[in-house]
Amino acid sequence: MSSSCRRPEHMAPPEVFYNEQEAKKYSQNSRMIEIQTQMSERAVELLSLPEDQPCYLLDVGCGSGLSGDYLSEAGHYWVGVDISTAMLDVALQRDVEGDLLLGDMGEGLPFRPGMFDGCVSISALQWLCNADKKTHSPPKRLYRFFSTLYSSLARGARAVFQIYPENSEQLELITAQAMKAGFTGGMVVDFPNSSKAKKFFLCLFAGVSGVLPKGLGSEAADRAVSGQAQFTAQRSRFKHMKGKCVKKSKDWIVEKKERRRRQGKEVRADTKYTARHRKPRF
Amino acid sequence: MKLLTHNMLTSHVQGVTKGYPLIIKATEVKVNELEFNAQFVSRMIPKLEWKALIQAAEWLGQSQDLPSTPKPNYESVEDFLRKVHRILLEVEVVEGCLQCPESGREFPISNGVPNLLLIEDE
Repeated sequence: MSSSCRRPEHMAPPEVFYNEQEAKKYSQNSRMIEIQTQMSERAVELLSLPEDQPCYLLDVGCGSGLSGDYLSEAGHYWVGVDISTAMLDVALQRDVEGDLLLGDMGEGLPFRPGMFDGCVSISALQWLCNADKKTHSPPKRLYRFFSTLYSSLARGARAVFQIYPENSEQLELITAQAMKAGFTGGMVVDFPNSSKAKKFFLCLFAGVSGVLPKGLGSEAADRAVSGQAQFTAQRSRFKHMKGKCVKKSKDWIVEKKERRRRQGKEVRADTKYTARHRKPRF
Repeated sequence: MKLLTHNMLTSHVQGVTKGYPLIIKATEVKVNELEFNAQFVSRMIPKLEWKALIQAAEWLGQSQDLPSTPKPNYESVEDFLRKVHRILLEVEVVEGCLQCPESGREFPISNGVPNLLLIEDE
């Protein structure tokens, strides 16, 4: 997206960030389109909808309708909510099949109970974690969103959110409010060992406890994925991130040794001296 | 905004208890053509608030002899399903507004997209 090291939600509120210029990328940048489509595909897969049945779905943060198009292609009907008029304008131009609503998910969803068979959201939920106005309280907004979503979903329906969490505190905040609203479920992480391909999907169940699907690539440690470079700027930055900006802390050293062991290289055993600070002349 | 969506929408302003159904004041309506899917229409009928749907159709001048209650065994009556399909998915409000029946607050509709953004205190 724009700046290489900053997260979009630190730059401006979503209705400002997703202006006409940004919205244009979603209709023209083929790599962006490809990635969004892939994530939509995975989200629908995780929804585990009954086969061969057209469903009524909610797309939160539908934006320019890229994910919505995927839903339509899969034979479903959908309603999309987004806060950016510029993005919705692009969706209208692209003649999407779903019905669009201009709204703020943090204000709660305006639907009668039990209407939707499922909910998807691609790259949107992390926007709720930042307070863009003095009156905003992220936990309150998250809770208002999740509680209204919970009631809008039919019994047994699922909600799948692809998100870019900034850190583990943010993840905890999100999951705490979701659980408080009555959801069960958890995180599915695809390609956890690849910082480029790693994707987070929050899978929530409304009304029934389900089995959490397995993340892709959890067995294969070195799955190569191509063409993901463009998104690394907004990738989650957990304690360990490849690159020179990480401090050479004990955690980092232990992680590196683990990584080399997985690669089959010869590594010294971990002792109490591991990562001990050495004097400069060493 | 399609009438299927309208049937689902309520006012989400805090403190409002009777925010359904939203009154439609349409200045521009259009009718599109959409592929008919009997399975979807049958599945949605039990979810609908039928009275609200009939009322909405009347406001838009699209009543077209829809019965006041859904027919029994509607799954097999294709004619009825097609009428419902038309009113739910093909009729669209392009310009106008939605009004909350309790507070009178209006949500404008522009280009077929209702603006549901709340102001600070709601």
